Amino acid sequence: MSETKLLLSRRQAAGLLTGGLLGAGLMPGSAFAQSKYLDVRRGSNFQPVPIAVTNFAGDQGPALSGIITNNFARSVFLQPLEPRSFPEQISNPDAPPRADAWRMINAQFVVTGRVARGADGRMQTQFRLWDVSTGQQVTGQQYVTDPNNARRVAHIVSDAIFSRITGEKGFFDSRVVFIDETGPKERRIKKLSIMDQDGSNVRNLTQGDDLVVTPRFSPSSQDVAYMSFGKGEPRVFILNIETGQREVVGNFPGMTFSPRFSPDGQKIIMSLSQGSASNLFTMDLRSRATTRLTDTAGIDTSPSYSPDGTQVVFESDRGGTQQVYVMNAGGGGAKRISYSEGARYSTPVWSPKGDFIAFTRQKGGSFGIGVMKPDGSGERIITDGYHNEGPTWAPNGLYVMFFRDPGGGGGPKIFMADVFGRGEFQVPTQNYGSDPAWGPLLS
Amino acid sequence: MSFMISARSLKIAAVLSIGLAMAACSKNPNEDGTNGAGGLGLGAGASTPGSQQDFVVNVGDRVFFESDSTELTSTAQATLDKQATWLAQYGQYSITIEGHADERGTREYNFALGARRAEAAKSYLAARGIPASRLRTISYGKERPVAVCNDISCWSQNRRAVTVLGGANS
Repeated sequence: MSETKLLLSRRQAAGLLTGGLLGAGLMPGSAFAQSKYLDVRRGSNFQPVPIAVTNFAGDQGPALSGIITNNFARSVFLQPLEPRSFPEQISNPDAPPRADAWRMINAQFVVTGRVARGADGRMQTQFRLWDVSTGQQVTGQQYVTDPNNARRVAHIVSDAIFSRITGEKGFFDSRVVFIDETGPKERRIKKLSIMDQDGSNVRNLTQGDDLVVTPRFSPSSQDVAYMSFGKGEPRVFILNIETGQREVVGNFPGMTFSPRFSPDGQKIIMSLSQGSASNLFTMDLRSRATTRLTDTAGIDTSPSYSPDGTQVVFESDRGGTQQVYVMNAGGGGAKRISYSEGARYSTPVWSPKGDFIAFTRQKGGSFGIGVMKPDGSGERIITDGYHNEGPTWAPNGLYVMFFRDPGGGGGPKIFMADVFGRGEFQVPTQNYGSDPAWGPLLS
Repeated sequence: MSFMISARSLKIAAVLSIGLAMAACSKNPNEDGTNGAGGLGLGAGASTPGSQQDFVVNVGDRVFFESDSTELTSTAQATLDKQATWLAQYGQYSITIEGHADERGTREYNFALGARRAEAAKSYLAARGIPASRLRTISYGKERPVAVCNDISCWSQNRRAVTVLGGANS
């Protein structure tokens, strides 16, 4: 309840108002409306849903349709159809498309819409999703916003359609923090940066004076935790991306690194290096109390909480090589879950849905990105080669982003793929990019 | 017989190409001549005894490690022995030992690995009588390679612990 309110007010703060459902024409429970049209959890053997995103009416309409089409092209579960193949121009976005004509090009859904400027100067965006098999509208919505938020509206519309078809949460209206990399490899300049999930709106949050790595989004605030090399010991910092306020996390007697927030956003879990050992600690952001979670002579790092906050997955070389372990969130009860012959596992990260843990796997000189269930079963490698690293989950748990560095004098680029590895797309960034961390859904 | 000859000439060719790759790599480091994250940019030439140049050229400021190892090889121990003697003689320097890893590991693990390598060198110097109060360590993981290429000749140069005189914080 209070969370819904908070989210609503955040959206209003961004100047976005949901105008409510658009003349749905269908009663809930109508025989024509299904609860969802594609079960994305069933497995990798799915048939992507063909969808036609027509040009929205109005001057800004085609640009909005372009953003939505680009989103769907990377969604893997939806397959946007080529506009050249469309059988009709939509003149009235409120009227049903000619279902028989759209059936001829095997479209399962048609999206229509319009973008208009209200008398108050605000942008009004409407869309309707039509089911070609029944000729009926299955959803429709209107959004009123400041014109500067046009891209966000396109992402919100994309999420509404994606959710209606799959029954899953969307992920398009989200941002990613990452490291922007420039300069030669031996003197690489690294800047903490943020972008929309599609690579647009890149903004540098630090200016490259200090070496910065491994940013992680807070699940509940505008804070980013990361590791920074300043004048003294390298340490974990938190930066508020709205106020620019920065603070060091704790006063530890050694290098702190590999931070991550707890699911409630109240704690940071990280590694502390002392002597030749690295162990896991938490710091409560309100009380500043620190707690030791592991006490080994080895290297324990890359901790990540389960979404319910009761367990932590991490990597450790306590058994000889880097492997993935799960333990209680308070420490203790560590149990190894990665077992592939001749492989080393690192950078585990728990899916926000709780069903999978993503990881980097090193085997035979190759670096793959994969997922496994929290008990270690069902391992699936999504991509392999030299050199993939550092997965992060989309807020709906259906996609991962990671970076790929070919080695040598070149540099890394960021990629995204669905959990089944059916589709892989480079996230376009002007410079090299690494260490992506996907933030929560904005709306 | 002819097979053996060709195998041998292949081996010679391989050795030659590694030599070339190392020569190509060693041009890369520290063109800016700054201190830290790798060492000093030095040309050939005379060096005053007790100077930073003296340390780098005549003693050797770095030791190398095997892949994913933090063990000091006999070569590394010999270098650290020379470092300890020199550092005992010139007590005015504070010392930062930088630990580094090659690129064939994940970022977080490599920070821990670099820290372990720096710690191994630090412990060795301390055991040779250098006061711990003069010694600090920092790990750069795989962030600051000195050699940039995509094969073993570069990776082996990047797996290192570098003893930097009057490093950061001194």
